[in-house]
Amino acid sequence: MKYIKLVLSLLATIAIFYVLNTKLGDLPPLGKFLAPTEGIWQNETDDATSGIVSIDGLENEVTVHYDAQLIPHVFAKNDYDLYKAQGYITAKHRFWQMEFQTFAAAGRISEIIGEKGLEFDRAQRRKGMLFGAENSLEVIKNDPESLKYLEAYSDGVNAYISQLKPKDYPVEYKLLGYKPEAWNIDKTMHLLMYMTDMLCGKDYDLEYTNMLRKFGEERFNLLFPDFFDVNEPVIPKEQDWSFIDVEQTETPLSELPLDSISETMVKPHPNNGSNNWAVSPQKSSTGNAILANDPHLGLKLPAIWFVMQLNSPNQNVFGATLPGALGVIIGFNNDISWGVTNATRDVKDWYKIEFQDKSKQAYKYDNGWKKTSVRLEEIKIRGKETYIDSVIYTHHGPVSYDHTFKSDDEKKGFAMKWAGHKGHNFTELFLKLNKGKNYDDYLDAISNHVAPAQNFAFASTQGDIALWVQGEFANKWEGQGKFLLDGSDPEHDWQSFIPKEFNPHIKNPERGFVSSANQHPVDETYPFYVFNDGYETYRNRVINNYLRVRETVNIQDFKNLQNNNYNLKAKELIPFMLSHMETPALTKDEQLLLNHVRQWNFNTSLDNVGPSIWSTWIKHLYRMTWDEFDAKGEALTAPFMYQTIYMLKTHPNDPFMDIIDTPEKETAIDLFSLSFKAAAKELNEWKTENGDYEWRHYKGAYVGHLLQSLPAFSRFDIPVGGDRHTVNASGVNHGPSWRMIVEMSSPPKAVGIYPGGQSGNPGSVYYDNFINDWAAGNYYDLLFMQDENTTEGVTSTQTLTPKQ
Amino acid sequence: MKKNLINFIATIIIALILSQFLPWWSVMLASFLTAIIFALKKSAVFYIPFLAIAVFWIVYAFWLSSSNDFTLSKKIAVLLPFQGNPYILILVTGIIGGLAAGIAAIFGKQCATLLKTKA
Repeated sequence: MKYIKLVLSLLATIAIFYVLNTKLGDLPPLGKFLAPTEGIWQNETDDATSGIVSIDGLENEVTVHYDAQLIPHVFAKNDYDLYKAQGYITAKHRFWQMEFQTFAAAGRISEIIGEKGLEFDRAQRRKGMLFGAENSLEVIKNDPESLKYLEAYSDGVNAYISQLKPKDYPVEYKLLGYKPEAWNIDKTMHLLMYMTDMLCGKDYDLEYTNMLRKFGEERFNLLFPDFFDVNEPVIPKEQDWSFIDVEQTETPLSELPLDSISETMVKPHPNNGSNNWAVSPQKSSTGNAILANDPHLGLKLPAIWFVMQLNSPNQNVFGATLPGALGVIIGFNNDISWGVTNATRDVKDWYKIEFQDKSKQAYKYDNGWKKTSVRLEEIKIRGKETYIDSVIYTHHGPVSYDHTFKSDDEKKGFAMKWAGHKGHNFTELFLKLNKGKNYDDYLDAISNHVAPAQNFAFASTQGDIALWVQGEFANKWEGQGKFLLDGSDPEHDWQSFIPKEFNPHIKNPERGFVSSANQHPVDETYPFYVFNDGYETYRNRVINNYLRVRETVNIQDFKNLQNNNYNLKAKELIPFMLSHMETPALTKDEQLLLNHVRQWNFNTSLDNVGPSIWSTWIKHLYRMTWDEFDAKGEALTAPFMYQTIYMLKTHPNDPFMDIIDTPEKETAIDLFSLSFKAAAKELNEWKTENGDYEWRHYKGAYVGHLLQSLPAFSRFDIPVGGDRHTVNASGVNHGPSWRMIVEMSSPPKAVGIYPGGQSGNPGSVYYDNFINDWAAGNYYDLLFMQDENTTEGVTSTQTLTPKQ
Repeated sequence: MKKNLINFIATIIIALILSQFLPWWSVMLASFLTAIIFALKKSAVFYIPFLAIAVFWIVYAFWLSSSNDFTLSKKIAVLLPFQGNPYILILVTGIIGGLAAGIAAIFGKQCATLLKTKA
């Protein structure tokens, strides 16, 4: 009996230990997780930002002042210490995020979440993310300075990790039951590839090929023209390109392969974009150039940006940093300021590969066979055996799609050619920009930039403003890369690159301002082929009009413009629809709804029902118009919004307007009232369930935690106006991820805000404390400290000292 | 009664000391040890260490989270289905620690009984 009791109680003890120490399904290991001595209660902490921390390998003391926004102002005696401190401080506030993002970039999510992550990881590997990162590291190895600072940054991050005991791990580690890993330069490279991939434009080559086959060339060109009929390019039309003495590559006679696949990889978010603009001293009411930038990205917690000031005897720079990367990415110093928007050029092309046999050791090229190479991608899976994906490489790039991935033919594949794979030194660019003193320094900094293609806006204390559309762009033949290319035909290879000095640019234009909002970089007179991958068509015109009609502007005007909710898209379609649609066919309720639309002033503001009705209406209208593109088992993509509205207005009787599932032949005019009825139905259903559909409630904007918007760590129902096409490009879970305005006085005056908070710890008040102000269009005055001893505005100070 | 109190206090003290260098299961070890050293009778074998560790964890969790306005525990109480109520989370924390301790104490008691009979 005693022994039975003993064994039973032993088993019970083992059982309770096992249950509380093990992650079961989605439930964290509850004992570990809830024990106050090591679990989540230890993360209930204010962010310690004072005292002394000793760090291995520092050369001198580093002072870190924090202000009321928890923005660190780092003062170091040399650049080596500066970047080491940047690594340490960033890790201190954002470590889980920075590591998680590099895991995602490198296709290692399965290590954390198990088999659910495998499809994602395979896609990452097949995009050549690690291949591109390795190529960049090779280039950086030839630049001892960048390498040294990257190492300093890594050491700084590792200094933070080495101080951690399991009880100090960020809460996400406790939730998922894993632990931090040492940092290294590779991870910084992975992070930069993540950014490059996110911003690599809208690549629809394979979908377009399917459409070319399905609808023919004439129809395709009508739907996807190289230029929209309205084009106000980044570089004003007045620009004279006669200084360019290199010709566009001649179009070969060879045919395109009309072959494509039924399913493609997930694309970057279509709304990734940004606004930037700068006015010259003549157009500024204070006589100082002013610059503004707001990058539009997915709204995440922890936020994508971490704001800091980096000061050493060589530089004093302030702005938004990317946790995991060196230096300030968008910011200013005493002499210059800069901002970036995505140039969304077509930097990714696809080649059809015909393998010699199933072994895939060679592929057809130039009337012969060319050898392939294989990269073994080891994907570790939590709780399972490692998965090894063999990815074949051609001289074009990785064969992303083959019979093991989204395709079925063992002798065929689709290889990716992407400028992002080319090794480049992104670090040097920002090291130089951070120290830049004038236009020449800015130009020098961006001169070797490869990817992601960006519009770099610039303003200086000297009064210069400029904008360069920078990146490495293939000098393509007319139409090259719009559709699938023939991987066996050397004429289909990228023949050469546009010399960097011929990239579109402008300095101190007569109109007194530069601006970009992801629109077409140039007009038809630019002598190289630029493919229209759905360039932005509304924000840019509102911005340019705003700046054009005002004689002078100031910081307040810039704030108003960044928060401008005027809906030009609605303005260009609604009056047309109202004057053409047949309204007697509507019910009384629907008439009432339509009256709301009639009275709407096109301002996408919170307290209005107009934007709610409009957004639902246009959604249905778009779907009804392009129902032909909904085909299952066929990768297709519907035309861009601008061209949709163009078609509705100018080709109302086009066969595309017909709804294929109905016996009647619909026209655009029919679609207006049909889609309106569908919208009214949806709105009324919503109202029954949720109450009033003012934009404030109906929009449902949110900022979601990186772990699939884990509700506990996310913020929902954020009252922010605008939509994806307004200058304040605030979509539902996407929008201005950092708003910055800098006036280039001496010293510069700057304001900024982003939808998040400086701390990555959900247990900190600084985790999401900017969100309400951001939504309301408020800004914080950025405390740009000129020296470490004038400490007005400093709330706490921490000293990093060399470990003895 | 006195024995109960001694066991109760000793469990907390030993758990506190062990937690300085051992993971969460130090509370199981603590109650296992006190069950051997300060043997209790009947249901007290379970509920005294249960109460000791529950009190220890509840007080500690409350102390950590109340000084931070329950910022994180409110969120965790959404993550675990407690409607964002941090007090329920604190209570559950106590119960979980207590359960582990109580069960380990029963095992300790059985070991102690066995040792005694042998001796």
